[in-house]
Amino acid sequence: MLDQLETLREEALAALQMISDSASLQAWEGQYIGRKGALTQLLRGMGGLSPEERPIFGKTANEVKQILTAAHDERQQLIQDRELAQDLEQGEIDITLPGRTAQIGGLHPSTQVLRRFYQIWGDMGFQVYRTRDVETDDMNFTMLNFPPHHPARDMQDTFYTTQPDVILRTHTSAGQIRAMWEYGDHGTKPIRVVLPGMCYRFEQITARSEVQFHQIEGIAIGKNIRMTDLKGTITEFAKRMFHPKAGVRFRASYFPFTEPSMEVDVECCVCGGKGCNLCKYSGWLEIAGCGMIHPVVLQNGGYDPAEWSGFAFGMGPERTAMLKHRITDIRYFWANDQRFLGQF
Amino acid sequence: MQIPLSWLKEFVEIDVPVELLAEMLTKAGLEVSHLHYIGLPQTKVEGVRYPQSDHLVWDRERLLLGAIREVKPHPNADRLVLAMVDYGGAELEQCVTGAPNLFEFKGLGVLPHPLWTAFAAEGAEVWDGHSDTPKRMTLKGKELRGIYNKSMVCSDKELGIAEDHDGVILLREQPRTAHGQPHAPGTPLADVLGDVVLTVELTPNLARAWSVLGVAREIAALLDKDLRQPSHQVIMDGAPINGQVFCEIRQPALNPRFTLMLLRDATIQPSPEWMQWRLKLCGQRPINNIVDVTNYITFEIGQPLHAFDYDQLVARVGGQAPTIITRLPEAGETLETLDQVNRELQGENILVCDTAGVLSLGGIIGGAETEISATTRNVLLEAANWHFINIRRTMQQHKVFTDAGVRFSRGVHPSQAILGVQRGMELMRQTAGGQVAKGVLDLYPQPLPMVQLDLPIREIERITGIAMEATTAADYLSRLGFDVTIEGPVLHVTVPDHRMDIGTGVIGQADLIEEIMRVMGYDAIPTTLLDDLLPEQRNNDALQWEEITRDLLVGLGLRENISYRFTTPDREQALIAPNGRDLNAHMDYVQIANPISPEKSVLRKTLLAGLLDNVRANLRYQSLQRVFEIGSVYFARPDQELPDEPRRLAIVFAGARQATNWSIKTSEDVDFYDLKGVIEGVLRGLHIPKFSFTRARHPSLHPGRSAALLIGDLNVGAFGELHPVIARRFDLADVPVMIAEFDLDLILGAVNGLHHIQPLPITPAILEDIALIVKEEVNAADLERLIWQTGGPLLKDVRLFDVYRGPQLGEGQKSLAFSLTYQTDEKTLNDAEVAAIRKKVVKAAEKQFGAVLRSI
Ligand SMILES: [Zn+2]
Repeated sequence: MLDQLETLREEALAALQMISDSASLQAWEGQYIGRKGALTQLLRGMGGLSPEERPIFGKTANEVKQILTAAHDERQQLIQDRELAQDLEQGEIDITLPGRTAQIGGLHPSTQVLRRFYQIWGDMGFQVYRTRDVETDDMNFTMLNFPPHHPARDMQDTFYTTQPDVILRTHTSAGQIRAMWEYGDHGTKPIRVVLPGMCYRFEQITARSEVQFHQIEGIAIGKNIRMTDLKGTITEFAKRMFHPKAGVRFRASYFPFTEPSMEVDVECCVCGGKGCNLCKYSGWLEIAGCGMIHPVVLQNGGYDPAEWSGFAFGMGPERTAMLKHRITDIRYFWANDQRFLGQF
Repeated sequence: MQIPLSWLKEFVEIDVPVELLAEMLTKAGLEVSHLHYIGLPQTKVEGVRYPQSDHLVWDRERLLLGAIREVKPHPNADRLVLAMVDYGGAELEQCVTGAPNLFEFKGLGVLPHPLWTAFAAEGAEVWDGHSDTPKRMTLKGKELRGIYNKSMVCSDKELGIAEDHDGVILLREQPRTAHGQPHAPGTPLADVLGDVVLTVELTPNLARAWSVLGVAREIAALLDKDLRQPSHQVIMDGAPINGQVFCEIRQPALNPRFTLMLLRDATIQPSPEWMQWRLKLCGQRPINNIVDVTNYITFEIGQPLHAFDYDQLVARVGGQAPTIITRLPEAGETLETLDQVNRELQGENILVCDTAGVLSLGGIIGGAETEISATTRNVLLEAANWHFINIRRTMQQHKVFTDAGVRFSRGVHPSQAILGVQRGMELMRQTAGGQVAKGVLDLYPQPLPMVQLDLPIREIERITGIAMEATTAADYLSRLGFDVTIEGPVLHVTVPDHRMDIGTGVIGQADLIEEIMRVMGYDAIPTTLLDDLLPEQRNNDALQWEEITRDLLVGLGLRENISYRFTTPDREQALIAPNGRDLNAHMDYVQIANPISPEKSVLRKTLLAGLLDNVRANLRYQSLQRVFEIGSVYFARPDQELPDEPRRLAIVFAGARQATNWSIKTSEDVDFYDLKGVIEGVLRGLHIPKFSFTRARHPSLHPGRSAALLIGDLNVGAFGELHPVIARRFDLADVPVMIAEFDLDLILGAVNGLHHIQPLPITPAILEDIALIVKEEVNAADLERLIWQTGGPLLKDVRLFDVYRGPQLGEGQKSLAFSLTYQTDEKTLNDAEVAAIRKKVVKAAEKQFGAVLRSI
């Protein structure tokens, strides 16, 4: 009987050597060490052995089982490894094929830039205050120190409506007085707001000018607001919007509702000030108009200009986007061509 | 405005390079937009950026002042001549040229007075006069029709002065230095004609600087130099003006000042070369000496002049001494102006008249009848002052915008009239000869008061943040011509009489502070950050939720559009049938009185027309379109001055449901449910608590595939499939199109910013599917509502997951399969408890809808 065990061991191990796939291995397992396998058969025949032989046989059979099981497991690992390697090798795909297109939405570039404005100005304590598009001549001009028929009105070509003295706002400054009235509490409280919105000018539509465009206006009014603050605040803004090291230049200018008035240039973001096509070789890009709020406007807003002061600034989101992304044609903005919008 | 540097130097010493000067002027608010170099090299100035100019720098050795002594015929060519040029060499140089303006001198022998010209010697670089695009060339010797030629006389274009190539530069008078010394032949041309022309852009407040003198005054202040005032002196040796002409002002508010001088026995002829040259550099075509002087004075000091033919005025009143009257029009009066337009005069048009009628539209444009002609002998010169706002109004009324009119409309001080008439008259006398009548007829009934104001020094610090010595501030102001005395901490300031832009009181103080800052230089202003009291901080909820709505839509794969807010009623009419019951569609449009083009005549009442146009255009590039727009629409209201501007949200889906590619070869079309899913997604994202949908009739929508969105009981807009008729009108008939438009204010008004969450369950849920067979007309939503109603508190979720129609169900039947979730935190439910609820649900469905439970 012990010989049979030995024969079984040798035969089984030899057979195992020949096996190279999972199915055969499973068959081998059934044949030799399974519940109906040869080893079990031999153990069943143990009843014919003498009581002395039985423990020896049993112990040997157990040893054989352990050897065969270990050999089986080793073989199994080998086969599994080989099969896995084979699977992995066969599982190669063409990774150069394009991915399945996800349906991607997107915000209009004007919205994206406006949000950037809200964020930067919000950090400095300026909150968004929105007013109407269709305005009175009074709010858009007269209250802002553009008297009727004043030549300063030549600076802004206006769309009129068929309703007398009702126009499309030419600038978001048209909301200044409304903001002062609403938040200033009869000229007793300081305010800091930005006023975004669509503005309209009677201009031929070209690559450089549009009949509608966004503006964002800011005003700060307090008892201790000075021109140095205006210069510092705008410089901070330019650094955050354009470049942390961007140079900023202030030039005297004229807006009826501010005095002193300035225009602000930032160092060209393309050439770094050396001169290029975008900046027309001047090294500077105009980004804003600003100034100290004119005493007449403060008065119209309910403030005593002898006690209160403030600054105002105005910027163009489309112009800003054009400078940042080198957009050469402002007409792209309202054409909504997906080949343009898809780039944002 | 174009200003030659050489002319500026007549009034102020300029000891900095022109590039730096341009930068200084620009920073002081007089933007120098262009420097046109005439022959002179560009200077590199540290810290000043200026576009590099590729102009021609005149070779000092080879481009010289020449004097043409004789013009000989070319022996072999009728269209060429030989100019004999003295260029300072030992012999005359013979230049072969075809310049047409030399032909009149051909064969006249040695000229009694030489013609001064620009001479280019062999090797000189010039622009190619015959090339259409700028091209440089170097002069080389060659034969021209049998005569060897190695030099040339040059045109404006060849030297880069102007585009003119009709003839060579010919000056009849010997050019002189600024000190009056004649330039000898052979002088480098750069020293004679070299110049830089500054193009200065002026904002409307800078009327005082709209002249060579005005800019020179700013330069004097910036460089701290003295201004050399032009002379008022006139040699008057004629008979007194009194009695030869009379004058009357009837509207002193509109015509504050009127001055006249008279020149007799003038000779109309070309003006002197130096004057023509300067006018040319300013962009003004020379005409004759009288007209040129009026233009010259306008450029020089900014006071427009008007010259009348005195004899015509006399003839109009039958040989009498004329009386000039300025007045408003009488009914029915007309005037034919110099531009040959017959104008009906009206209202506040201020006129220059005589006793026979109207002569000119005051300050704007003259009449044709009394203008200077080649035969004029006696010249009556007017320098007047007009109210700026009235001039601007009149120009707009008549749509005539002349140089004089625009200047007056910006505000010219009345003091300039007397200077202008005297300088103009003296220049006319010098260039036209004759005798000037003694005296000036000067009517100035209500002289403008001298403007005086006080500026406390602490005001400067309060507004600018800069602590400044009184003496420093006073110095800056006096450089600009202000008269300043200091008394303790206060400046007493008198405004110079060429300025009309300085107010009084607190406004005047702001005006002065600006002037102080400009002269100090904006670069010198330090920067600080706001340290003032931070105002009350406020959220803008409407904006915040609007932006969240945008984010939700973008997250759902939609692209934002922003369209023109201008449209036409016709275009929107295609979308909204006239009897339609769209939100506010019956309200009036905001109409533009001066539309830029016919297709932009009103403000929009819907966002959809714009979106549909965008989608149609973009379908050319991609078969799938999902776009939205958020923005205002406009409704005129008869009961209020300003229109309503509610915000809208519109969505358009068109074409395929999915983008196709190598892996997804085809896609189904979008349908109602794609759009509805997005709408539900947005409403959930906004935490709108109670919304529902109801079948809606809308003229723009397919009647069977449209719905209204209700929030609570409020109808906030409709959506669905675009009506086929409308689709055809928008040229979208062959693609499926879904549209939606909602009142965004109403939606955002229902947003719950503080919604509460459901705690996560602590017991397992039991899920169960039931399918109910119902008649086709039973709405899924109604059945779902019933399930909710009868399911009781243990029912936590109901979701429709299948709609099935098939032969075994029979005609007109459908099966709606729902997935039900049961759960309670109190205990773990068992099957029996769930079965009881299901029984109740099925029974209720049977009773109400005749539903039959379908065995799955
Ligand atoms: Zn650049």
